[in-house]
Amino acid sequence: MTLDELPLDGQATVTSLDSSGVERRRLMDLGLLPGIVVRAEMKSPLGDPTAYLVRGSVIVLRRSQAQGIHIERSAGRGR
Amino acid sequence: MSADLPMPISRAAGAVDASAGRACGSCAVFNVANLEKLGVHTGDSDFVIALAGNPNTGKSTVFNALTGLRQHVGNWPGTTVVRAEGGYRHQGDAYKVIDLPGTYSLLSTSSDEHAACDFLLFGDPDVTVVVVDATRLERNLNLVLQILQITDRVVVALNLMDEAGRHGITIDTRHLSRELGVPVTPMSARRGDGVPDLLEAVAQVAHGRTATKARSTQKLGPAVERAVQTLAGQLTSEFPGLANSRWVALRLLEGDENTERAVRDGSLGDVERQHTARQRAFATQGGSAP
Repeated sequence: MTLDELPLDGQATVTSLDSSGVERRRLMDLGLLPGIVVRAEMKSPLGDPTAYLVRGSVIVLRRSQAQGIHIERSAGRGR
Repeated sequence: MSADLPMPISRAAGAVDASAGRACGSCAVFNVANLEKLGVHTGDSDFVIALAGNPNTGKSTVFNALTGLRQHVGNWPGTTVVRAEGGYRHQGDAYKVIDLPGTYSLLSTSSDEHAACDFLLFGDPDVTVVVVDATRLERNLNLVLQILQITDRVVVALNLMDEAGRHGITIDTRHLSRELGVPVTPMSARRGDGVPDLLEAVAQVAHGRTATKARSTQKLGPAVERAVQTLAGQLTSEFPGLANSRWVALRLLEGDENTERAVRDGSLGDVERQHTARQRAFATQGGSAP
């Protein structure tokens, strides 16, 4: 499952990042690393882009970027 | 904006103190007899202090609290796009403060972030103050750890402590300081809280009175280590006086295009040249460089 499939208010754990180079670097700098809990916070009318809560900050990603982030659904807590 | 600049020279300081003492008696900045804000008059400075940090953590607010300047601040990332300089005097030493654009990482690519990285890497500041957002500590520590890889003359300014308090966040600063190996000073730059502690910590590190020992996060395998050492040696012979040649060598091994370009055209480590080139580019894009 990838991050773009996460429904609104759904929570998941990042398992891996598909992207490479500069974009991968950037996502990791923003705190998106394997093992981190993310939540779909807000969706734009067409669902692209979508805002995610990561380590207490809201990060907005395009669908194409979210597609490169693999996740595992979790009912868990997180923040 | 420049018309608003205060007269920062010592003669006026008494007057400022008196009126401000009433206006904000709780404001610690005005109670520090040792702080003399020098504004833009940096003159001959004994030490150079770089202000680094993630975007929107209050670097410019800290800068203004130290120098008495009114560098534009805003509650959104990207307010500072080119670096600003100011000065202050503390316990007889003159400090020059460089306010850098915010950056999430030393490895990133946007031009304002790049300016910050270049200065941290090659500007060789005496002390690097990393301003971190106490309410988003986890995310901010990424940059702190990266900076600790290149220098251990670091003070971590734990800013926005008032906001953290409102969110019910308490931080064990002593423990954090021990883990990182460098001083951590809590502050609320907006209210002037914690400025004396920051000044003291900076002075201690600048004079080498605090033994800082940065936590190391990177253990390289023997093959990589060998490659890094060879490359770093070659870099130093090609660019004498280059700071952080190990860091550059690692970037080259990673295949970082910006670093490759800088090595190829010889501008590597030349902060001034890259800075002016960038300002020129910024001006022609229709912006106004200060």
